[in-house]
Formats: sequence, C-alpha cells, structure tokens
Amino acid sequence: MAMTITEKILAKAAGKKEVSPGQNLWLNVDVLMTHDVCGPPTFQIWKREFGEKARIWDKNKLVIFPDHYIFTSDVHANRNVNILRKFAKDYQLPNYYDVGSERYKGVCHIALAEEGFNLPGTVLIGTDSHTCTAGAFGLFATGVGNTDAAFILGTGKIWEKVPESMKFIFEGSVPQYLTAKDLILQILGDITTDGATYRAMEFDGEAVRSLNIDERMTLTNMAVEAGGMNGIIAADEVTRTYLAERTSKPFEEFQSDPDANYHSVYEYDVGKIEPLVAKPHSPDNRDTVRNVRGAKLTKCYIGSCTGGKFTDFKNAAMILKGKEVRVPTFIIPASPSVAKRLQTETIDGKTIEEILADAGCTIAPPSCAACLGGPADTVGRSVDHDVVISTTNRNFPGRMGSKKAEVYLASPLTVAASAVTGVITDPREFL
Amino acid sequence: MQKIIKGPAYVLGDNIDTDQIIPAEHLVYSLSDPEESKKYGRFAFSGVPPAKAGLPDGGIPFIEGDDYRSKYNIIIGGSNFGCGSSREHAPFALKMAGVQVVVAESYARIFYRNSVDGGFIIPLESVGKINDRIKTGDLVQIDLANQTLTRLSDGQQFSLKHPGDVLPIIEAGGLFAYARKSGMIG
Repeated sequence: MAMTITEKILAKAAGKKEVSPGQNLWLNVDVLMTHDVCGPPTFQIWKREFGEKARIWDKNKLVIFPDHYIFTSDVHANRNVNILRKFAKDYQLPNYYDVGSERYKGVCHIALAEEGFNLPGTVLIGTDSHTCTAGAFGLFATGVGNTDAAFILGTGKIWEKVPESMKFIFEGSVPQYLTAKDLILQILGDITTDGATYRAMEFDGEAVRSLNIDERMTLTNMAVEAGGMNGIIAADEVTRTYLAERTSKPFEEFQSDPDANYHSVYEYDVGKIEPLVAKPHSPDNRDTVRNVRGAKLTKCYIGSCTGGKFTDFKNAAMILKGKEVRVPTFIIPASPSVAKRLQTETIDGKTIEEILADAGCTIAPPSCAACLGGPADTVGRSVDHDVVISTTNRNFPGRMGSKKAEVYLASPLTVAASAVTGVITDPREFL
Repeated sequence: MQKIIKGPAYVLGDNIDTDQIIPAEHLVYSLSDPEESKKYGRFAFSGVPPAKAGLPDGGIPFIEGDDYRSKYNIIIGGSNFGCGSSREHAPFALKMAGVQVVVAESYARIFYRNSVDGGFIIPLESVGKINDRIKTGDLVQIDLANQTLTRLSDGQQFSLKHPGDVLPIIEAGGLFAYARKSGMIG
C-alpha cells in the first residue's frame, strides 16, 4: 500500500507494516523533550501516577532545556528552573542543559537540532506546541501536554491517531526578498488557523529543497499555527550534511510514495509570492507588506524558535548594514551557538553582531523572551498599545505581553526594513 | 462519569487560543499545591479581550473579583477552541474555575488531548456552529449519553458529536485511569 512519509514513520514506531489515516496507534517514542514551564508539572504527574516505583523509561531519551522564563526575578519562574535542576540531579540525567552553565543551549527546538537529537525516521514528542519544528529533519515531531508527557516518561509510549496528510509544493527559485516565513504565511492565509487540524503538513518542491536547515525549520515550526499535528520535510543531502557535523547516531530515511494519498495538494510558484505579513490578531490574517506599508511601529523584534536562527539575523543584517533603526529593535538569538556565530561571521568585514549593534539594536541573551510575553521584566515584552512587527510565530491578543498591543508577523527582511524606517516597509526597497 | 450536566453557559467566539484561556505570565504557579493552584482558576479566560468576553454582548467577566470559581460550568465556543500553545495549564485552569464541559464547533488537537488525557474537562463538539445561538447566562443541560445540549428556557435542542475512539478515556476519567483499567500499566 502506498504511504506518505508520516504514515511510514508512524507504522515503524507502532511496529506495523502499514497504517492508514484515522487509525489509533500506540507509538514508541524516541525522544521526549521538556522545558521549564511544562517539565515541573510533568514530573509531578509522573510521580503521582507511578508512585514509589516511578522509573524513567530511558534516561538517554529524555532531553530537558530551561529556556522560557529564565532571565527574570519572578520567584515562581525561578522555582521552576530549580525543580528541573533538582530532578536532573536526583535522576542523574545525561541530557539536562542548565541555564547559567556552559551547557546552556537556549530555545529548545533549535537546541534539539544543534545537539543532534533530530534524527530522520524517528518519533520526537515535546511539551511544547512548536515541537513540530523538528519535522524539518524528516521525522515525526509533535507537541503534547504534561499528562501525555508524564505517561511517556514512565512507559515510552503515546497514543496518536494517524493523520491525513496535506502536501505543499513550492516550485521555482527563491528570490532574495523572500524567506521561508513568507512561504508559511502564504499557506496560513490560504488554509487558516484550523486548516490542517489533526493533519500532517508535508513540504516539498524545488524551492523547499533549496532551503537550508534554518529556513526549513521556519516552515515546519509554524505547522501548528494551521492546527497541524506535524510538519515534515523528507531528509536529503542538506539534512545529512547538517547531521554529520553533530551526531554519529544511525538513522533511517523515509520518503512518501509517489502514489500516496493526500487530503489535499497545494502548489505554489515562489516567483509569484511577495513579502507577506500576518496582521493582528491571528497568524492567518495575511496581507502583502505592500498593502500595509506605512503602518507606524513602536517596536521591532527578531527572535524565537522560528525567527531567531542564524539565517534570520544574517538576513536582517543584510538590510541593517550601515543603517540605523528608528524604533527600539530587539535581537534575541535562539541559542548561544547562534549568538556565537553572530560574533564570528562577517559581512563586508564586520561581524553580524557589530552590524546589528551599530544599527542601534538591543541584543539580549538567548531565550524564548518576549515571543510569549513572559514575566513583567522580560526583554522586549509589549506594553500598552505597542505596535510590534516580529519574526515570531503567534500574534493572538496578548501573546507578546500587552492585551492592547498589535503584533504583525513578518520575515526578518521585512522586520529589518521596517526597523530602519519606523513604519512597515517592503524589504525590496532595500535590496 | 456524570451523564447529565446542567448549568449556566458562558459563550465565546472562534479561535480562543491558550493565551486567552490562561495568559503565559501565569504559567509559573504550582499545579499541585492546593492553595497556589487556585490562581489558575482566578485567571481563567483573563486573556479574552473584554468586548469578546461573554457573548453576544461581551463585557461579562468569567471570574468575578478575586474569586477563583466561576458561576459558569459550561463553556460554549466556536471553531478551533484551544489553539496555540501546548500548555495543559489551560484545561486545568478551566477545571479549577469549576468548568465541567466545553462545547465547541472544533478544537485544536493539543488542547483536546490535554482535556481528555488529563481528565480535566469534557470537550464535546457541536454539530455546526452554536455559539451564535446561545447567550451567556442561558441555562443549558447536556446529555452525554444521547449527545444533546438543551436550552432549558425554551427546550431548544442542539446535537453534539459522538466523541469516537476517545470515549473510553473520557469515561475512565483520563489517560492513566484508562491505561490502568485496560492493563497497560500496573
């Protein structure tokens, strides 16, 4: 029977030869990831349910990153990090990456990639909706809550309904003024925030194949913004090269069969897509940058798992080079490794960090920061009637802090161009 | 499992995301400490913009003053209820506020799973849209066995969808109870 890549991976994880959409399966989990917001309640449920006999099913498969609320004086938030720390010590966990130590890795979804946990053909579950990011490596990755995570912690298993798959094919060569963010905003506008609910979103085509891992992760990251269970891009040479530098673990690659069944197939010519935004207050409220240009801004924000990768800052730096920002602009690298590359990689003899700092941007330490608002002292958090343009993934009311704020989502190119002028600006004016 | 659930309805719109259900700044409280966890009830739906809180008129607080229990035990929503983050704090906050059932046109996957697997609330799907036909404060009765919602003032009945394969988990009261019942875990 012909199967999609998602169906093949789920069949393997369930120990079956074939599966079809709608079928309920118990899957064996290869990696469970958690962080400071959901880790503590997950451990608490696990202890409550498994009692004295509670055992972690496989310590090597549990990965913990404090990343959400870590640079704050909020006592409850700090208590959560202390709970992670103690848990990791008590159970001698090999994959705990403590904040304030040299092991700190930053935002979980990017850290998973950088540390070589994203292996093609595997099942990766995390207590965060953007866990779907890891699907950029040709694996099945999805987010769950604390109860499901606690169940996995004790048993290594999760139930899932096999999703129908939707295929998104981008053909053509990606113009300089477009990024993966524009491509995913295009899809969100077309299918809306529940257009892929309980479905797999598979990305393919010449344009997708030309994207590096950073950009591929921008696509899969926002699958959940369409309600998708997972986003997935089959592994290829780009994936193998990235992994070869980070892990020697073996993996198995899967591809969709040419005659596999899809719920729907969308085809795009990237040459016909122009820079896009999602207007307040929903990621599917798509418009062209051209149509909203001139909207006055009070803040610009480049960061998060979807918009704080090396490629995102490199794109921003191309526009900010030799210019000055007109509104407060926040740069929050997703990981220490990204921050380090900003200090070493150069454009015309200047490091990217120098370019961004000289333009007047505020550069903060790596974390989730204001992407999800966070405690009151979070860097870049929106206040009052802020109007923000941001490379992050959600703009629901209050998402970046203030309920009264308006947030536009856009590519790093569009955010950088807008930072220079203080109003929403098409990046083509600077390229 | 209680088969008939009755009470006043609190009505909301489409795309009620988890930041509206429980804003991210509140995710720091303990979910197990009996006193501290009441804060989740206190701030349930505090992220909903006032104009859209308690439809059709809006401006109706879900929680009054510093209370942590709401007088509404049934929520009526539109499409894509619970979209956004994976925070299980969202259905937990509704439970702490006294919510027993949410009836929505459709759900985001993770919120739905969390509600069922954690046994916090019962998420039911309406057949078609009903959040434009029920008003906040309407007394309604939900019959779980027959999948109906009845507005008690005039007897108007609305059909609900059968929960399908997850019904045994709902009936057991959550994933762990279900797994014990079926012998998966000891």
